[in-house]
Amino acid sequence: MKIKLISSVVATTLAFSSSALFAAGELNIFNWGNYTPPDLIEKFEKQFDIKVTLTDYDSNDTALAKVAAGGHGFDIAVPSNSYVPIWIEKGLLLNTRVDQMPNAKNILPQFRDVSWDPGRQYSAPWQWGSTGVSVNVKYYKGDINTSTIFLDPPEELIGQINVVPEMMDVMSMAIWYHGGEICSDDKAMLKKVNDTLVAAKPKWKSMSYGNLSKFASEDIYAGVNWNGASFRARIQNENVHYGHPKEGYPLWQDAVVVLAEAKNVENAKIFQNFIMEPENAAMMSAFARYANGIIGSEPYMPADMLTAPEIVVAPELAAKGKFLETCAPEVNKIYTKIWTNLMK
Amino acid sequence: MTMNSNLSSSESAKKAAEVERLSQKKDVRNRWLLSLPALAIIFFAAAGPLLIVILYSFLTPGDYTGVIWTFTTETWISVVLERDFFDETLGWADAHLSIFWRSIRLSLITTILTAIFGIPTAYFIATRSPKSRNIWLFLITIPFWSNLLVRTYAIQELIRNKGVINNFLQWIGLTNEPIEMMFTDFAVGFGMTYVYLPLMVLPVYASIEKLDFKLVEGAYDLYASRWQCLRRIIVPLVRPGLIAGSILVFIPCLGAYVTPQILGGGNQLMFGNLIALQFGQGKNWPLGAALSLTLMVIVMIALVYFVKVSSGENKKNG
Repeated sequence: MKIKLISSVVATTLAFSSSALFAAGELNIFNWGNYTPPDLIEKFEKQFDIKVTLTDYDSNDTALAKVAAGGHGFDIAVPSNSYVPIWIEKGLLLNTRVDQMPNAKNILPQFRDVSWDPGRQYSAPWQWGSTGVSVNVKYYKGDINTSTIFLDPPEELIGQINVVPEMMDVMSMAIWYHGGEICSDDKAMLKKVNDTLVAAKPKWKSMSYGNLSKFASEDIYAGVNWNGASFRARIQNENVHYGHPKEGYPLWQDAVVVLAEAKNVENAKIFQNFIMEPENAAMMSAFARYANGIIGSEPYMPADMLTAPEIVVAPELAAKGKFLETCAPEVNKIYTKIWTNLMK
Repeated sequence: MTMNSNLSSSESAKKAAEVERLSQKKDVRNRWLLSLPALAIIFFAAAGPLLIVILYSFLTPGDYTGVIWTFTTETWISVVLERDFFDETLGWADAHLSIFWRSIRLSLITTILTAIFGIPTAYFIATRSPKSRNIWLFLITIPFWSNLLVRTYAIQELIRNKGVINNFLQWIGLTNEPIEMMFTDFAVGFGMTYVYLPLMVLPVYASIEKLDFKLVEGAYDLYASRWQCLRRIIVPLVRPGLIAGSILVFIPCLGAYVTPQILGGGNQLMFGNLIALQFGQGKNWPLGAALSLTLMVIVMIALVYFVKVSSGENKKNG
C-alpha cells in the first residue's frame, strides 16, 4: 500500500524508458504513489519489450471509485487485501489463475490461500506490512508500542501528531484499543471509540498522506504510519522509531490484480508472474521498504532490511497484528458516519 | 460595392439597404452557426453532467461504490438533518452545517484580505505611467504560469518548521524556536489570499484606471479631507471593480479543495473536501451529488446578492 504523495490530485503519469517508445507491447499500471520501484519497471520493459505507463493513487477508495467508473485504460491495479473481495464481487477483476503461474511456487505458504482471495486465483502478492505508530524518540522517551501515542497522547507529543486519513486503519486501531472486534456494530463499544477519537483529534496536528519527509524533517513528531514509510523516514532521521501497538494493529497486503477491462491482458499476466520472481520481489522491498510475500528474496535484499525493527517484530507483538477484513456495507456506513463526524 | 457607383443615387440607396438587410440576415445566421459549437459544448459538457448529478442525488448509494437505481429523497434530508447513531435522536446534521459555515467564513475572510491587499496594489499600478503599467500587470499574472498545486507546496516549503522563513528568523537570531505556521488557520488564510489575489487586483485595477483623477482634485478643492475623498469619491467609483473582484474570489473560494487540504493539514474539512470524501471513503455518491448541488445553490445565492448590490449601486450613481 502505502507511501503516498498527494498523487490522486496530480494524477502523475510517468513513462520510464525512452527506448520503450518503440516497444512491442504496452502495460498500464495503476498503483499507490511512491511505491513502484523505477528500476523494476525498467528491467521489465527491457526484458519483455513492453512499454509501461504508471499512474498513482493515494487511497484504496480513490482507486476503487476510478476503476468502478470505467473507461480508465488501466490493465493492472494494486488494491489492499481488505478491498480485494469488493473488486471481485463488483466484477472488476479478471481471474488470471495466478496459482497456476510458474512463479506461484515462490509465494510464502501463509499467503498461498488467503481469505481475501481463496486459492490465490486473482492476485499476486505485492508487498505487505503493518499500520502502527511512528514516534520521534528525541521528543518522547516512553513506551511507543501502544495506540495511546495518538489516542491519548503524552504531553510531549500533543499538537505534533499526524494521523493518516485511512478510515479502516484508524477505526480498527481505536476499536482494538477498546477491546472490540473489527466490523462489529456493537453500539456501546463504538460509542467509546467515537468519544476517544473526538477527544483525541484536537491533540493532532494534521491528517494527511505522504509524511515521509515531514517525519524526517521533524515537522511532525509522531503519528499513525505504515512500517515501510517509517523505515524510510528512519533512514533519513535515526530518531524516527516505529511502534507496534500492543492493543492490536492492522496488517495488510497489497495485491497485484488484472482488471476486467484490461486491453493488454497477456502483458499484465507476464507482470504478475514477473513480480513473483525472488530477485524482483527483493527490488520492490528495497525501494518501498516493506516485506514481500516471496520465498528466497532475502539474499537480494539490502542487509539492513533483514534486521529492521519495522519488519522483524518480537513474537508477542507480532501476534497482535491482524489482517483487516471487508466489513459489511451496513457496518461500513456506521463507521463512515463516525469518521465524517470526526473529520468535520 | 464598386458596381453600385454607376447606378442612380436613389436606386443605389435602395439596393444598398436591401444588401444591408440580406447581409444582416446572413450575418445573424452566421453568428448562430459560428456559436453552435460553443453552445453544443455548453449543453453537453455543462447541462448534461449537471442533469446526471441531479439524478444521482435521488438514487440509493451502492454497497461499496456507485449507486443503486432506486429513487429516494433520504439523501437530501440527510444534507441538513441527521439521526444520531448512538441515541437515535433526530437533529441538525452538525458535521455538514459546521463545514458549510467554515467554508463560507473562509471565503469571506479571503475576500476581505484580498481586497485589503489588492486595492492598494491596483491603485499603485493604475497610477504608474502607461508603459510601466503593462509591466506591473504582467508581473501580477506570473503566478498563473505554474500549477496551483506546485505553488501550494512552495508555500509549505516557506512556512514549515525548518522552512525558509523559520530558518531565516532563527539565523538572524530573532527567534530561538521555530514559529508553528504549517497546518494552522494562518497557513490556510495566507495560501488562499496568495492564490486569489490576482483575481481581485485585475478588476479593481480596471476600474481605478478609468477613474478621473480630476474628480479627486475637485474634492480637495472643496475642502474634502483625505478620508472623505477616499470614502465619498474613490470607493464609490471603483465599487463595480471591487464587486467583480469579490465575485471572482468568493465563489471559487467556496469550493476550494487543494489549498485547505495541503496547508490546513486535512483535519479541518472544507466543502470541497466533504464532497470528495463522499466519493471516496464515504462511499455515498448520492450524498456527494446532493452536497455538490447544495454548493451550487449557495454560489447562486451569493451571485444574486452580488448582482443586486452592484445594480443597486449603478442606479444610485446613474
